[in-house]
Amino acid sequence: MKIQSTAWVLGLVAALTFAWCKGEQQVAGEQPADRATPEPARPDAITINGAGATFPYPIYSQWADTYHKVSGVKLNYQSIGSGGGIAQIEAKTVDFGASDAPLKAEELDAHGLVQFPMVMGGVVPVVNIAGVEPGQLTLSGALLADIFLGKVKKWSDKGVRKENPELALPDADISIVHRADGSGTTWIFTNYLDKVSPAWHEKVGTGKAVAWPAGMGGKGNEGVAAYVQRMNGAIGYVEYAYALQNGMAHAGLVNRAGKVVMPTVESFQAAAASADWASAKGFYMVLTDQPGDASWPITGASFILVHKEQPDAARAKAMLGFFDWCYAHGADQAKALHYVPLPDQVVDLVKAAWRDQVKAGGGPVL
Amino acid sequence: MRSVPPARRGDRAFRLLAAGSAGTVLLLMAGLFVALGAGAWPAVRRFGVGFVVSNTWNPVTERFGALSSIYGTLVSTLLALLIAVPLSVIIALFLVELAHPTVARVVGGAIELLAAVPSIIFGMWGLFVFAPYMADHVQPALSKTLGFLPLFTGPPLGIGMLSAGVILALMILPFVTAVMRDVFRMVPAVVKEAAYGMGSTTWEVTRGVTVRYGAAGMIGAVFLGLGRAVGETMAVTFVIGNDHAVSASLFAAGNSIASTLANEFTEAAEPLYRSCLVYLGLVLLVLTVAIQAAAQLWLRRILRRMGRSG
Repeated sequence: MKIQSTAWVLGLVAALTFAWCKGEQQVAGEQPADRATPEPARPDAITINGAGATFPYPIYSQWADTYHKVSGVKLNYQSIGSGGGIAQIEAKTVDFGASDAPLKAEELDAHGLVQFPMVMGGVVPVVNIAGVEPGQLTLSGALLADIFLGKVKKWSDKGVRKENPELALPDADISIVHRADGSGTTWIFTNYLDKVSPAWHEKVGTGKAVAWPAGMGGKGNEGVAAYVQRMNGAIGYVEYAYALQNGMAHAGLVNRAGKVVMPTVESFQAAAASADWASAKGFYMVLTDQPGDASWPITGASFILVHKEQPDAARAKAMLGFFDWCYAHGADQAKALHYVPLPDQVVDLVKAAWRDQVKAGGGPVL
Repeated sequence: MRSVPPARRGDRAFRLLAAGSAGTVLLLMAGLFVALGAGAWPAVRRFGVGFVVSNTWNPVTERFGALSSIYGTLVSTLLALLIAVPLSVIIALFLVELAHPTVARVVGGAIELLAAVPSIIFGMWGLFVFAPYMADHVQPALSKTLGFLPLFTGPPLGIGMLSAGVILALMILPFVTAVMRDVFRMVPAVVKEAAYGMGSTTWEVTRGVTVRYGAAGMIGAVFLGLGRAVGETMAVTFVIGNDHAVSASLFAAGNSIASTLANEFTEAAEPLYRSCLVYLGLVLLVLTVAIQAAAQLWLRRILRRMGRSG
């Protein structure tokens, strides 16, 4: 009995293995093109792999989907975080990396990388104060820094009242909510506070994760949003799109020109347009605290990283072709998802950088 | 080579297979220590043992210390055990000694179902349902009645060490209860009946026979819960508040080793930062092994005292 059942199982396994191998052979037989590589690869056989920042993931995946239909080039983007994206492009396990914080020119040179901005977004302070509607509260940069430093403890503080003379602010404690996970959003936000507050610069600094002087941490934009919506008197910061989709009460900010601005696609674009991209080496450009009357002060760009020396000219061409298509045709989709397309003059600079710097086999890719 | 009878050959093959499988466990364990040790080496060299007693966690200046994470891991686990273990003992005793068989079956099934709930569900329920309830009802009541203790001071935010401890307690409760129930069930009926025959009450049988007989198994159940609570990640990350701080108040936000890793690993690009997180993982592994070793020792002592050498 035992031997019989063993024989049965063995027979079954053998049959399955045989069937599987046969299937395998058939599949291979159907696509002889896969084996014959000497010929230049057709664009529809190319899959471009990218990894990095989570913030632009929704738009990158939508662009990739549309571009696949248009051109046949497949794009696979994994949103593993900016840190992971940088590590993977340095290790050459992906074709491009993506980061919310720009790399410095020295870091780019050390790994032979080219960096360029792809899309922009804004970070928005959000509050939960009884009786305060979205956009009603106004904060200056220094005040925002003092709140997150834990120096301003109540919403009725005279500093807050000075910026909001006509608003009835309750005598409630301020609860601070920040990101618990390392993130590009935090990098942009702390970079802004660093620029506008000497006390912040001295005590905390800029980083994807920092030693927060006060408050508690939520995981992801959704974690911060949940904490802020839960707690009376809370203040936090989230991506603009996130604040909009959740109907959160955002605060207006006093920008560098001394004007009160609201977070909108236009105010983000104003910040990008005012920035001096041409003299930013390796596109190292941080869009926080930019000049211009209409500029939103906590704006940031999301960056793409590729190697200067491309191992495969056809792949490199397909990849840059995708980015080129995104600049030319992706703006509407970006706006629909509350991302901000780059101004045209910046796109021209990026294309010039591709021509000058991205090479394959000694010659330019484009 | 001598020819081996076919039946024996099967035995030998199985023996090799079994030994090999068991060997992979040891290999995995060793590999884990080696990999963590190698990854943590830069951080160990930089901060040494001082890492575990320092409370700075500043990725900007690259100064790291694990005290708040270790403290949070231990406190949240201790809280969870304080809440879950007494409850589990009572539930298990009720199921075995007092409940009608049908009731015991239904409740037992419910407990097993509860054990199958993924931790992310506990986390989200904790954040969206339980934390608000804590903030609005439980914490104000606690600070009103026990507010003179430093444990229950500070604003009632609902998110923090206390909520993390309670959520952890709910998560380990089904495991501990299920094991305790099985332990109590294994007490031989003859022994219990003999005690009843001597005129003992239900309480006396429970205390003198069931609990005494099952002591070793009960401790095993507690350590099972402990092992789960120490490394629990998602649910804790949602409700603990994620602040690198050591505070006396249970209302305050804190963090645990597992929550710190879950939060910070993806974006830790700088080599020293990443190495410190691996070091933190090593600390957690050592902590877990130490707890298991202590549990084994304790168990052996108790068994010896009870006259049954393990």
